[in-house]
Amino acid sequence: MTGNEAAAEAAIRAGCRFYYGYPITPQNEICAYMAAHLPEAGGTFLQAESELAAISMVHGSAGAGARAMTSSSSPGISLKQEGISYLAGSELPSVIINVQRGGPGLGDISASQGDYFQATRGGGHGDYRTLVLAPYSAQEMADLMFEAFDLADKYRTPVLVLADAQLGQMMEPVEFRDDLKPKTVPKPWALSGAEGRARNIVMSFYPIKGELEAFNRRLQEKYTRIKAKEARCEEFQTKDAQIILVAYGTSARVCKEAVKKARERGVGVGLIRPITLWPFPERAIRKAAEKARAILTVEMSLGQMVEDVRLAVEGCCPVHLHGRPGGGVPATADILRELKKLNRTSGRVERRRAPALNS
Amino acid sequence: MSSEIATGAADVRPPSDAKAVGVARTYTRPRSLLPVVTHYCPGCGHGIVHRLLAEVIDELGIRGRTIGLAPIGCAVMAYNYLDVDMSEAAHGRTPAVATGIKRVHPDKIVFSYQGDGDLAAIGTAEIVHAANRGENFTVIFVNNAVYGMTNGQMAPTTLVGQKTATSPRGRNPQNEGGPIRVCELLATLDGSKYLERVSVTSPRNVRQARRAIRKAFQVQMAGRGFSLIEILSPCPSYWRLSPHEALKFIDEEMTRAFPLGVVKDCGGVGAEEGKP
Repeated sequence: MTGNEAAAEAAIRAGCRFYYGYPITPQNEICAYMAAHLPEAGGTFLQAESELAAISMVHGSAGAGARAMTSSSSPGISLKQEGISYLAGSELPSVIINVQRGGPGLGDISASQGDYFQATRGGGHGDYRTLVLAPYSAQEMADLMFEAFDLADKYRTPVLVLADAQLGQMMEPVEFRDDLKPKTVPKPWALSGAEGRARNIVMSFYPIKGELEAFNRRLQEKYTRIKAKEARCEEFQTKDAQIILVAYGTSARVCKEAVKKARERGVGVGLIRPITLWPFPERAIRKAAEKARAILTVEMSLGQMVEDVRLAVEGCCPVHLHGRPGGGVPATADILRELKKLNRTSGRVERRRAPALNS
Repeated sequence: MSSEIATGAADVRPPSDAKAVGVARTYTRPRSLLPVVTHYCPGCGHGIVHRLLAEVIDELGIRGRTIGLAPIGCAVMAYNYLDVDMSEAAHGRTPAVATGIKRVHPDKIVFSYQGDGDLAAIGTAEIVHAANRGENFTVIFVNNAVYGMTNGQMAPTTLVGQKTATSPRGRNPQNEGGPIRVCELLATLDGSKYLERVSVTSPRNVRQARRAIRKAFQVQMAGRGFSLIEILSPCPSYWRLSPHEALKFIDEEMTRAFPLGVVKDCGGVGAEEGKP
């Protein structure tokens, strides 16, 4: 099945019963799959009048205590940012899939990683973050949907699944584990009518001086907990690696191939593949950087994640970028060429001892 | 999570010993209306509409299974005044959030409370499509022909010639178009079942407004579909009129652009049922 269908099926298995969408390529298979299969599971599929409405319907259903989600692609995700900010401000568990396409503007419909900044910096207005999960296969499109709903409920926060056109469209075998069951979390804050209890209010408005500051501090405490506990990555042949590749999603697939080929040619290369983009797996990258001669970040943009890599590395080894913008996918041969160049030169770079990593 | 407004939170219920001094208490605070001071300006209609809503909720005995939506606009803090479960919604998205709630809880009574900017400008798509889908909830649409919360800008329902902060020479239909008649617009859609325009300018009109709200809730409770009550409501502050002049403005000017009455009734709920 396609990555998009895998994500949709997994969402249903993870207990999602309310899906609101709006057509946009390359994520239409999610809408179509949900339209076909969610009602069979006793759920509600609704094609909204816009992305703004779709994310607001998620707001309503999440506020009413249900597992709810929406999906879109880059231009549509820009529209959803209004609602995502409200979801963060109202602390509503919810899941949003972004099957990224090229931008800015209408861009094109091919795979891109140009929404990294938008995804990892909150995206909408206000001082907030969303958890960001980055699958790199159809299987992971499925597996991470369970994670997404569980994390959303655990932290009462919107969770973004950041895929791309290639991951969404390509077909791969996917296994669904029957032992995985959705975790049910009590939601005493949810809207269900105030019978026999004090009324519940879902809102993000703090007009009295000081209240909003206190609320934001509480949000940040939550984000600090998430940063401490939820950063995830896959390390591939990093133990003895002299040069570390850092890549996520489709770029990471190409990089895995490059690691294998480089090692055949005797270059000690490894890959760190962030699975959470926020929180960013900075400790793993920092640890690898302390031993490595160089880091090469590979991404389908002209340099977004590389900024987080540099923040994690704090100058303790050189960080380079191989970026392909505008719907271009990095080629293994190009990465190998970059690695060859680095292998020749980076040994001569004088290493600096950086200060200890705080937080 | 809720926040009382800084100046309010005072209990303004009548003294409990009213009976003791031989006065029969016939006018009491509805259970669904919280005993707090509102933030609304003197002469504003929101307080009346809140009370009518609370009275209807009490009469129908649905407080414990009602979920309301507060808009962005003057009624943004309606959840501080109504003692039912409530949600905020982004500006204009109120019907979309209401849709999300009602789809989870089809057995609950859901209402959205919206102003003219929220509903007829930024939220035009959401209200049209909620009505078109026949969403089984009730919209309380407070039309005061102006953006009150942001200091009196022109609204989609501002009258031709009416002066506002952003139509200082009066609304010019050649430049800004004319007032949008929401009930008439929505009446063309099959999904809308009950649409009525009322006002709160006199005891008689207030009683009619209450009957309309009650009927809209009954249409919802009968599972018939989308209902909306448009309420012409005074905004003395940004009409630059006294409260009394503001009521006159509704009766003499607004009702000419927005005629009162039932605009559509396919709700299948009898006329006598709308009466208390």
